[in-house]
Amino acid sequence: MFVTVLFALLFYVATAIFLVGLGMRIARYARTPAPLKIPTTPAPTTRGGVVVRMGTEVLLFNSLFKANKWIWLFGFMFHVALALVLLRHLRYFLDPVPTWVVLIQPFGMYAAFAMVIGLAGLWARRVFVERIRYISSPSDHLMLALLLGIALTGLGMTYLWHTDISAVKLFFTGLMRFELNPLPTQPLLLLHLFLVASLMVIFPFSKLLHAPGVFFSPTRNQVDNPREKRHVANVKWMIAVEKPAASADQ
Amino acid sequence: MANFETPELQETVEIPALKKGVMSHSRPFVSKEQFQAPLGFPGELADDWKDVAIAKLGELLKTNRALQVFMDSCVKCGACTDKCHYFLGTSDPRNMPVARQDLLRGVYRRYYTLPGKYFPKLVGATDLTEEVMDQWYSYFHQCSECRRCSVYCPYGIDTAEITMATRDIMNAVGKGQKYSNEIIGKVFKIGNNLGLPQPALEDTLLGLEEDVKDETGIDVRFPLDEKGAEVLVVTPSADFFAEPHIDGLIGYAKVFHAAGISWTLSSHASEAANFGLFIGSNENMKKIAMRIREAALDLGVKRIIFGECGHAWRVAYSYLNTLAGPFDFLDPRYPVPQHICEFTHDLIQRGVITLDKSRNDHRRVTFHDSCNVARASRMGDMPGGQFVIPREVIKAACNHFYDMAPETIGEATFCCGGGGGLLTDDLMELRVKGALPRMSALKQVVEEHEVTHMAAICAICKSQFSKVLPYYGFQMDQIISVHQLVSDAIVLDAQQ
Repeated sequence: MFVTVLFALLFYVATAIFLVGLGMRIARYARTPAPLKIPTTPAPTTRGGVVVRMGTEVLLFNSLFKANKWIWLFGFMFHVALALVLLRHLRYFLDPVPTWVVLIQPFGMYAAFAMVIGLAGLWARRVFVERIRYISSPSDHLMLALLLGIALTGLGMTYLWHTDISAVKLFFTGLMRFELNPLPTQPLLLLHLFLVASLMVIFPFSKLLHAPGVFFSPTRNQVDNPREKRHVANVKWMIAVEKPAASADQ
Repeated sequence: MANFETPELQETVEIPALKKGVMSHSRPFVSKEQFQAPLGFPGELADDWKDVAIAKLGELLKTNRALQVFMDSCVKCGACTDKCHYFLGTSDPRNMPVARQDLLRGVYRRYYTLPGKYFPKLVGATDLTEEVMDQWYSYFHQCSECRRCSVYCPYGIDTAEITMATRDIMNAVGKGQKYSNEIIGKVFKIGNNLGLPQPALEDTLLGLEEDVKDETGIDVRFPLDEKGAEVLVVTPSADFFAEPHIDGLIGYAKVFHAAGISWTLSSHASEAANFGLFIGSNENMKKIAMRIREAALDLGVKRIIFGECGHAWRVAYSYLNTLAGPFDFLDPRYPVPQHICEFTHDLIQRGVITLDKSRNDHRRVTFHDSCNVARASRMGDMPGGQFVIPREVIKAACNHFYDMAPETIGEATFCCGGGGGLLTDDLMELRVKGALPRMSALKQVVEEHEVTHMAAICAICKSQFSKVLPYYGFQMDQIISVHQLVSDAIVLDAQQ
């Protein structure tokens, strides 16, 4: 019972920090003005074009592909695998389990291996490539350790030391209705859940902010049309000094 | 030639092994009070400079979304580490874009993030100290704001934005760069970067009219401050007297002459470049940009056209409408502003001017895409027009054109090594080393296609290459203006 209460509290707190922290960060990005047009050109000249650009950036890591095929390979592998694994985990939160979640289940299982390979590749580069070693701080290594820990404990439960997964599901669906159901006390499960909760807490204060950040990046999300449409923003230096700037805004 | 070794030219771009701190000595002359005051900056470090700097950083984070997002988003993936020409040329790891950014990011994390406040070592957060400020001064003056790294960053992090912000912070505490700030002062006082007053400008232009008359027998005009002209031409002041820039200016004049379109230069806005961009000072950039609006209103022109100048074209194309617009008093049939290459290209397309390519048969030409034209602007209607249009103009003016290796042109182009406020003799070592990737690519086309000349559309590129070409065994006059090719090929008597 003690473990159940502890983990229930942990997940409530972690979820709150994750949602509030991330929400505040996103609100800050959205509120902060982008005073000038700075898309990295060639850039799309229409909104629709920007959606396509952002899509290739977020779904295919287009710029990274241009930059470095190894980082792209490992990074892409990790992120796609993570997405599949996360989606697969919906089965532990949703009742009944939607058909599409059932359908991706086998892919999700294998994706965990791809996730480990991707993370290991990225970590190897961080250790063995001199340039990347130079720019790494302890937190960069810890982040990889954390993610790898989550993946390996998950794999461990899938293939070696099974846990009572239906009890786990009852625990989490219960949490969502503010009911307490007992959580199995298998150590690997507890470690897995603890690491996940840690990741949620760290998220809004770390480089994991790249996930929302990319959508707000002016070099990627701005339309290249400064001559056609006058870009104005609410910043002191732009509106205060002179008269014409304030006159007409198309 | 100097107390450093010119790097050896390479077959392809080679990634060097790291040599820590080898460029930490490289720093431009620090500005003095007399150059700081006209820009509204303090003359020297005050006792509370740390507080001022940290507050300034906070203000910039609140007023520039790019800076805030870029400070947070970097995951240290390493994609940018081999993309900067200064890193490739110097081997100093602090010239890897992410390592340069981290000089500011460490301070950001220390004062503006929770983990940095409580676990600084863990996340690479650093206190702002005099030593950190020295590193800022050194390495944020080893970035030419060329944006090559931003092409490859998966989040579009643009080191140029971070360089500009840091220079702005340094100016706010009185540690400015002499070269840029002195020049901005001249623009405010006299009207252009070179401090060329109206009478001198007039003399120069009359001299050019005589030169062209002697050479061609035709009266090609170089009008100054002529009210009622159709077009205001704003061009870098280097075009008035530096080589090879001046041959480009002669080219513009011949194009206007041949097309029969009236134009004028302005002594009030006798400078296209806007060094406010380099120092990241929006206030100064706006003030400099306003001169162009004032000149256009005063002279009653219908169009504004910019001469060959890279960063100037960025400010003109991307910012002018924001900084000094709206330009609803100009002819709405033309974009505001236009690039001289767009103008000439259109005239060629419509057959209004005629070029005789054979007059450039003694030249085999390649084209250097200037960084800020390539990655911070556009020409024409379609994305990438900034690559197509200048090449179309060159190909219309000469028979022998050869591009350099694809990974060194277009959006991947390498900076000349002198952009972003670094075109000063106190940074000669940096400029020579930073030119290595471009020089290597040039050597390749010289060997493969017997290229004799590299054309460019940027005053900084032209000055920089005139200076560094000899270090690499080329001739200084192998760099030419695109409009010099036009100038030599244009058929003037067809219009007579």
